[in-house]
Amino acid sequence: MSDADWMALLTTLKLSAVTTLVLLLLGTPVAWWLARTKSKLSVAVEAVVALPLVLPPTVLGFYMLVALGPNGPIGGTLIALGWHHLAFSFTGLVIASTLYSLPFMVQPLKDAFAAVGERMTEVAATLRANAWDRFFSVVVPLSRRGFLTAITLTFAHTVGEFGVVLMVGGNIPGETRVLSIAIYDHAEAMDYASAHVLAGGLLAASFLLLFMVYFLNRRYQVVHL
Amino acid sequence: MNGEAIQARFRLAYPDFTLDVDLDLPGRGVTALFGPSGSGKTTLLRLIAGLARTPDGYLAMKGEVWQDGADFLPTHRRSLGYVFQEASLFPHLSARGNLDYGMKRADACLDRAALDHVIDLLGIGDLLGRRPHQLSGGERQRVAIARALAVKPRLLLMDEPLAALDLARKREILPYLERLHDELDIPVLYVSHAPDEVARLADHIVALEAGRVVAQGPLLDTLARVDLPIRLGEDAGVVLDTVVDERDADWHLARVSFAGGSLWVRDGGHAIGHPARVRILARDVSLALNRQEGTSILNTLPAGVVEIAPDVHPAQALVRLDLGGSPLLARVTRRSAAALGLTPGQRLYAQVKAVALVG
Repeated sequence: MSDADWMALLTTLKLSAVTTLVLLLLGTPVAWWLARTKSKLSVAVEAVVALPLVLPPTVLGFYMLVALGPNGPIGGTLIALGWHHLAFSFTGLVIASTLYSLPFMVQPLKDAFAAVGERMTEVAATLRANAWDRFFSVVVPLSRRGFLTAITLTFAHTVGEFGVVLMVGGNIPGETRVLSIAIYDHAEAMDYASAHVLAGGLLAASFLLLFMVYFLNRRYQVVHL
Repeated sequence: MNGEAIQARFRLAYPDFTLDVDLDLPGRGVTALFGPSGSGKTTLLRLIAGLARTPDGYLAMKGEVWQDGADFLPTHRRSLGYVFQEASLFPHLSARGNLDYGMKRADACLDRAALDHVIDLLGIGDLLGRRPHQLSGGERQRVAIARALAVKPRLLLMDEPLAALDLARKREILPYLERLHDELDIPVLYVSHAPDEVARLADHIVALEAGRVVAQGPLLDTLARVDLPIRLGEDAGVVLDTVVDERDADWHLARVSFAGGSLWVRDGGHAIGHPARVRILARDVSLALNRQEGTSILNTLPAGVVEIAPDVHPAQALVRLDLGGSPLLARVTRRSAAALGLTPGQRLYAQVKAVALVG
């Protein structure tokens, strides 16, 4: 593997890790709200959260590029405040990836939270736990499998994204050039040997990751966690 | 009113259900909230716990206001213990972890010795290291009761704690509840639709029907009312608190005495002098103008007719009798009542076919 390929791998891992962390913080309250609310608004929110599943990544990437670019509402505001716009930057990539991977964090968490049921939090309330305490001492431990699935899927899905990255991030080595772009470049340049190394590595890594998840999930189930 | 009591006033209207209660509950002993499914007893318990909420409510626990309209103390700040109907142990914690959960958080909790005593009382000492899924239904419920008591509540709420258990498990757990009843000095609200549990455990009863209180008062008096038994249907009957005063080893019988006389019952193993609660169903009591000879009935008591009331079925009547201060109910056909010429004040004999020792 060339230095450029290593750099692409590093950028990919960094992007996936940051995206997963951001989504864990943003997606958890959204999933909790969706699991417990009786508001009619939740249907609309759920549809929006699921949009990235059906939209072509280029559509999402296009709108993100417009929004984050120098003339967009977000990028333009940032420039007016004396900062830089976010198109073709790592930060812009994180924002776009966060949106793109949103359903992979929210859906498994929502299902896990719903499965915990209200009875357990009621019990905790009668044992003097306040709302935050109930969430962290009862809901989170009982949703471990959901968290494991959500984190893994989000991470793996971000590693594998291409369309959004290409639109928003472009191909700047060390900043926005990720593995999937590098593979595309190698294939374009007819350098199949290098493409094979990266593609094969990604395939094997993804399989191992998912295998681990399903293995752990099954193990947890056996011991009733 | 009484600062030692629990005042609960709630009004709640759902499209298909209305609850409207105004209660003054005793500040000690077991009060049974009794009624058929859908009568609102669980809803009332949840309102008292703060798990359900209605703006139209007032709740004072021995002078401490827990709710006054919109002024609402959240559940986690109310000094209560709650035992839910079905197994409600945290599955990710051991039995010991479940006990500790509340104790870590409560302002006051049982000290080591008191906790050991509760663990001992409920017979769960050997189970503490186990996970909930390794416990039987009855064992789980016993741990749940200990968990509720461990936070040293000022009020214990129990929502049909035996309903999810089969008969054998119920029999296993009832003695523990009885022991608790004898030892606890906090008020207990016990939701049930099972007359036998109420007869065994309760000191007071609040009978609910369709969201309203239809009767309330001390158990022994309330069960003997002829207007309430209609709602107990076939199970109408009285409960008497007695003392064992003779045991007949040959026939395995025990004689228990009470204010108005004595009865022979199956020997339940209680020592002489031990208090025993017996239940006599109205359908097991027949009436005769003279003391019968040549009958298999063991218990015949002189009684006075107090009141005759219509029963569920038009063919029957409920007769309230007085046994020298203790009440008794008899279910007879109206034809028999006419044939005997039953009138209030009349003296006759009550023949008791069956007496159940319930505690």
